[in-house]
Amino acid sequence: MDLSTRFMGLKVKGPLIVGASPLADDLDTSRRLEDQGASALVTRSLFKEQILHEQIDTLNHIESWTDSFAEASHFLPEPVSWRHGPEEYLERLHRTKQALEIPVIGSLNGASPGDWTSYARLIEQAGADGLELNVYYLPLRGAETPQEVERRFLSVLTEVASQVDIPVSMKLNPFLTSPIYTAVRMAAAGASGFVLFNRLFPGQIDIEALEVHSDLRLSEPGMLRMRLMWVAAVYPHVDVPLCASGGVHTTEDVIRAIMAGADCVQLASVLLRNGPEHLGLLSGQLREWLETREYESLEQMRGSMSLGHAPDPEAYERANYMQTLQTWRPPGG
Amino acid sequence: MDARSETRTWDGNEAVADVAFRLNEVIAIYPITPASPMGEWADAWAARERENLWGQVPRVIEMQSEGGAAGAVHGALQAGALTTTFTASQGLLLMVPNLYKIAGELTPAVVHVAARTVATHALSIFADHSDVYAARQTGMAMLAAGSVQEAHDLAAVAHAATLSCRIPFIHFFDGFRTSHEVCRTSRLRNDQLASMLDPAALSAHRRRALTPDRPVVRGTAQNPDVFFQAREAANPYYDACPAAVEAALDALAEATGRRYGLFDYVGHPEAERVLILMGSGAEAAHETVDWLRARGERVGLIKVRLYRPFSARHLLAALPRTAHTVAVLDRTKEPGAPGDPLYLDVVCALHEAHQRGDIGSVPRVVAGRYGLSSKEFTPAMIAGVFAAEGRTHFVVGIDDDVGGTSLPWDRELCIEPDDVVRSVFYGLGSDGTVGAAKNTVKIIGDHGTPREQGTSREQEITEQAGRYAQGFFVYDSKKSGAITVSHLRFSARPIRSTYLVRRASFVGVHHKSLLERHDVLERAAEGAVLLLNVPWEPEQAWARLPIELQRGILERGIQVWVIDAATVAREAGMGRRINTIMQTCYFAISGVLPRDEAIAAIKVAVEKTYARKGPAIVRRNFAAIDAALGGLRKMTPGEATGRPRPPAVPPQAPAFVQEVTAAMLAGRGDDLPVSRMPVDGTWPAATAKWEKRGIAPALPEWDSRLCVQCNKCALVCPHAAIRTGVWDPEKVSEPPLTFRSVPYKGKPFKGLQYAVQLSPDDCTGCTLCAVVCPAKDKANPRHKALDMVPPHMRLKKDRAGFAWFDTLPEPDHALLSTNVKDTQLARPLFEFSGACAGCGETPYIKLLTQMFGDRLVIANATGCSSIFGGNLPTTPYCTDAQGRGPAWSNSLFEDNAEFGMGMRLAVDQLTARARQLVAAADLPPALVADLLSAGSTEADIAAQRVRVEALRALLPSGELHEIADYLVTKSVWIVGGDGWAYDIGYGGVDHALASGLDVNILVLDTEVYSNTGGQQSKATPIGAIAKFAAGGKSVPKKDLGMLAMAYGDVYVAQIAMGASDAQTVRAFAEAYSWPGPSLIIAYSHCIAHGYDLSRGLDQQKRATKSGAWPLYRYDPRRAAQGKPALKMDSREPSLPLHEYMYNEGRFAMLKAADPARAEDLLSRAKAHVRRRLDELLARGRE
Repeated sequence: MDLSTRFMGLKVKGPLIVGASPLADDLDTSRRLEDQGASALVTRSLFKEQILHEQIDTLNHIESWTDSFAEASHFLPEPVSWRHGPEEYLERLHRTKQALEIPVIGSLNGASPGDWTSYARLIEQAGADGLELNVYYLPLRGAETPQEVERRFLSVLTEVASQVDIPVSMKLNPFLTSPIYTAVRMAAAGASGFVLFNRLFPGQIDIEALEVHSDLRLSEPGMLRMRLMWVAAVYPHVDVPLCASGGVHTTEDVIRAIMAGADCVQLASVLLRNGPEHLGLLSGQLREWLETREYESLEQMRGSMSLGHAPDPEAYERANYMQTLQTWRPPGG
Repeated sequence: MDARSETRTWDGNEAVADVAFRLNEVIAIYPITPASPMGEWADAWAARERENLWGQVPRVIEMQSEGGAAGAVHGALQAGALTTTFTASQGLLLMVPNLYKIAGELTPAVVHVAARTVATHALSIFADHSDVYAARQTGMAMLAAGSVQEAHDLAAVAHAATLSCRIPFIHFFDGFRTSHEVCRTSRLRNDQLASMLDPAALSAHRRRALTPDRPVVRGTAQNPDVFFQAREAANPYYDACPAAVEAALDALAEATGRRYGLFDYVGHPEAERVLILMGSGAEAAHETVDWLRARGERVGLIKVRLYRPFSARHLLAALPRTAHTVAVLDRTKEPGAPGDPLYLDVVCALHEAHQRGDIGSVPRVVAGRYGLSSKEFTPAMIAGVFAAEGRTHFVVGIDDDVGGTSLPWDRELCIEPDDVVRSVFYGLGSDGTVGAAKNTVKIIGDHGTPREQGTSREQEITEQAGRYAQGFFVYDSKKSGAITVSHLRFSARPIRSTYLVRRASFVGVHHKSLLERHDVLERAAEGAVLLLNVPWEPEQAWARLPIELQRGILERGIQVWVIDAATVAREAGMGRRINTIMQTCYFAISGVLPRDEAIAAIKVAVEKTYARKGPAIVRRNFAAIDAALGGLRKMTPGEATGRPRPPAVPPQAPAFVQEVTAAMLAGRGDDLPVSRMPVDGTWPAATAKWEKRGIAPALPEWDSRLCVQCNKCALVCPHAAIRTGVWDPEKVSEPPLTFRSVPYKGKPFKGLQYAVQLSPDDCTGCTLCAVVCPAKDKANPRHKALDMVPPHMRLKKDRAGFAWFDTLPEPDHALLSTNVKDTQLARPLFEFSGACAGCGETPYIKLLTQMFGDRLVIANATGCSSIFGGNLPTTPYCTDAQGRGPAWSNSLFEDNAEFGMGMRLAVDQLTARARQLVAAADLPPALVADLLSAGSTEADIAAQRVRVEALRALLPSGELHEIADYLVTKSVWIVGGDGWAYDIGYGGVDHALASGLDVNILVLDTEVYSNTGGQQSKATPIGAIAKFAAGGKSVPKKDLGMLAMAYGDVYVAQIAMGASDAQTVRAFAEAYSWPGPSLIIAYSHCIAHGYDLSRGLDQQKRATKSGAWPLYRYDPRRAAQGKPALKMDSREPSLPLHEYMYNEGRFAMLKAADPARAEDLLSRAKAHVRRRLDELLARGRE
């Protein structure tokens, strides 16, 4: 069974990609994931804030009390070596790349163009086979037009893509006004692939303390449907690989994603919950499912249920929305 | 001599450490101002694996005290290693016993000393020679350096000479003036150092090592039969020492062209009047002698370099025979002596020479004293000494209106030539002014290199010579909002001006508040350039300047430039760092270097400084440099119509404060005459309140409608600036109109009015009160009962409010319960200290004074708490309405527990005497019975005070009348930091705990030596970086609490106010009431932890929640009741340890620098936390 597929500009041996998460932090875990059949591995994101703030914060820690008192010109020793989040990140990425044969993808996260994008080149130099760009930006001030928000995404992409030769895929925000239009323009601007979608991590309201607590919650199965709908919708319009991400937990989820038009899927929460061996389980089940149903290859079913090919595309559309609501009755009612 | 020379622009400490590091194998140190940086450099270099002359990385070890360091040095020397140490002042005194041993055993070694005043009537961190003179009898040779270059060179000479002659050396140079002066110097290369050392002498040292391969015995006890002779047996070595030093000086001259003598003469070859002195003062004297000679005066100067052994022969050879008056100046005071040491040495040398017939007549020798505690020593004073023929036993530099010993001098005399560029910068503590000024000195010092040629320092200069550069930095006594003054000089000739800049051609003022607080033109020359960093447009700026400044600008033709550096910094992404911007402006308008060249040089310096620290920082600095030039504007002066600067203290302050404190606050303390000084170091308490500094960038605003009256804001305020109080409106005057209050909700004062009131001029804006405030607006939780607001919104209202609030009578303490809320209704008797904004120590001390202030005796170890507790000009400990309050004193660093024990013993004896007298007195029996059976609760004490008054009324005079107050409980507290309690003073702490005495030890545990700059102590936790643990401390924190619990009858509590304020209050109350020894270990967040202290309380919570700082109380009274003595006050850890640790720079920086080691130490820290908790829990079940 030929499971080979594409992920951004890369040819990969199968559709199961390890998504950006702490999974790639540990070399041993990374090797186990590769052994289990992962076809590529995306490292944890390097944040713009890490690049700028760590440098500046570290310095501020040391400098803010420097040369203020007669008795102590400073309070912390100058570190033997200065390493910041980015350097540690690059070193880890380099080590991971050395240890694995599958493609290793770097991940960069920022919200506006700026000097931090030069780290794309450093990620390339550290050995990354590709770069996933995550423009995590929430227009919470309400001052920008949708066009301006889109321009922001595009300008970050352009700036990053211009600095590297490796493929750059865009991790899309789920709340774009016109995702297909935006994706087409991004593809034209140099995006070699799309990941649908980025996950947001809104905080939880503490009703006693009147505070918002941030916590990381792993994905839940229900999150996937919305993503697949947009994969199915974007698929006919762009010819770069699509990757479904967020709520892919079972073999069926993988199959649905491919049918919707994805070239591959990213797994993270399910592996964090169940361990690297779960990837091997999904991989085996996928192969078995395809073989049982006599598919020739993964490629054969890709996009079969996209907006362009699905026998009943209206199920994705407005008509379906109306019908769903109008015909629903409470269980047992 | 080799023409290749290397120059460095560095300070004396680095210059000396650079030599000592390369010439030693073992370096044992202990931090003490101003010598600490030498040890820190050595530690930092060792951490970077820098090698000594023999390709080995020296082993650097921090000991628990200077006594410990000296012991380690002695041991390492005996075992054959080349060994050194660095110290000063009290530290040198602690080494004295070992110095006798090291010298008595003829062991080559060098102790480098940044000479500092020894504490007498007061501690002083500044320079004089009282410490080194106190070691002159030990048998150590002593070599004095007067400048950074000399200190670098003579450090090498001392090491070379000691090896060859076996006499160990003290090499000393003046603290701060030389140790901290940044100066361009020539650096000795390794080959030059090697050329000075005798390899045979090194192997001889090794051969003398104690080793089982060739055993000998040293350290015997000798008896009357041989001790004396054996002591004399070393004489030939002392006789040979001066020649050995000369040989080393010759070798230095051979290698470098820089020539020094044992005594160096400067001046007219046929001088009639000659000065003799040593140290940095000799440089200013050199300058003055040159100036006087140029004016035809026959004057000269002898710089003493080798002070011990004192070679009279060399002194005579240096002294012109024409001299009829020799003035010997000493930088020390030996009360009761016929003269100070150097004077006596010179008198003796000349007298004996005359007796021998070596000289026909003895010149008149006069004695003078100068420069105690870094008192300025200027050319004007030196000229005054030359002019004062016939006077002896004089002092110069002060006005001794009591003894009449002071010499007059011309205060206007300034001999600095115009080609020396002089600049002065005024900054605020953490604004980076000093750092930028140091950087400027380095840029200019390293800009073009003077070539070394010829045979003297003067001849180093050529036409192509670059600039000599000097930087000196003065700090005030505060830890928050402190003023720094940077003094810079640049010249084509070597700079010998070892005194502060006067008549500067450039004055930079880096914060607008300085304009109100300081006469910023006091050091400005006519026509100087004045650069102001103010948030105003040039057109508006003039009108906002104080009238004194406006007048000065107009009268002296000052050119004024302004920049809004804060805005430029913010826009360039530099946050609040304005240093690069101000530096750029300086280069742009001072003309010290061609503008473009200067800007390029700054960028090179930025690149050099920050490249390693992150490219983003470099880019932002570059952006700031470019933006600075665009933001610089020239101001056109208008009419002098501004407001006058406020007086240093308000008119209602007491006379002493008006006359003495105010002068000190205004920077005119140098002008105060001897007659104004207390004779015995006794200063009035409660003077901090007269110093209104107004340094807060934001002030808390109280919303009375939201307030839940928990009083936590007042509890955590490090400066007692925010207060909570209750009063009966019927019994007090009307408050100001803008004053807000609400009815009090709690018992026992229900029905009274309540307010939270800020003293706005004493607030530092640390935000802890607003952070701790739990009362949120339910509709808009961002708004709390305390919000930080811009100062202008509160200043006037709160000034008026506090003035009224401060007059309110105190509630009856007997009605107050032992809880957080009630403690904060009592007036704090520790207020407005100079501690850091957000200090984690002061809230504990303040609480102590609120709970027991009227009966409190405090022994305070040297450290942060003695500095913010007792560093003049003002004193924060104050009194209640009856005039009672904490009696506070600081003895030393190492003896504080013993000091407090002594206080306890005295109080007990006097109490016993009073009770004895009561028992024997003719008083009503009921009164006697009650007086002798009183307890220690608030109510008991109030009742006892009434009885004591009754007793006094019955006995209007006599011994019992005098000491009757001792019938009222006194609570002795022994307060200090972890450096004292865990390290240098641990022996005493242990002794106090074992004494059974009713003393309470409060350890303000910052887990690091805070006051001297963050050196590790035994309280430093595993995984934290600190100086001497740059790679992260690998040994867990010492468990002081467990050690104390082992005694069984010691009350022990571990507390963290931010984690549980209720437990803190309980622990204080229990320690107070426990009649035996108590130990409280109090978590104190600190700037040395490397994070924004507004998060300090939250970090305390995290420390406790993660198990890193468990809370407990061990009360022997519980054991007596058959219950476990130990009670855990914190729960099982609920927060991963790293979520506490990595919020702080001290842990996070290691993670950034060495993730693998950080990971390893984190896992060991976790294991340690668990093991420690299990031990505590096990004890809690006993």
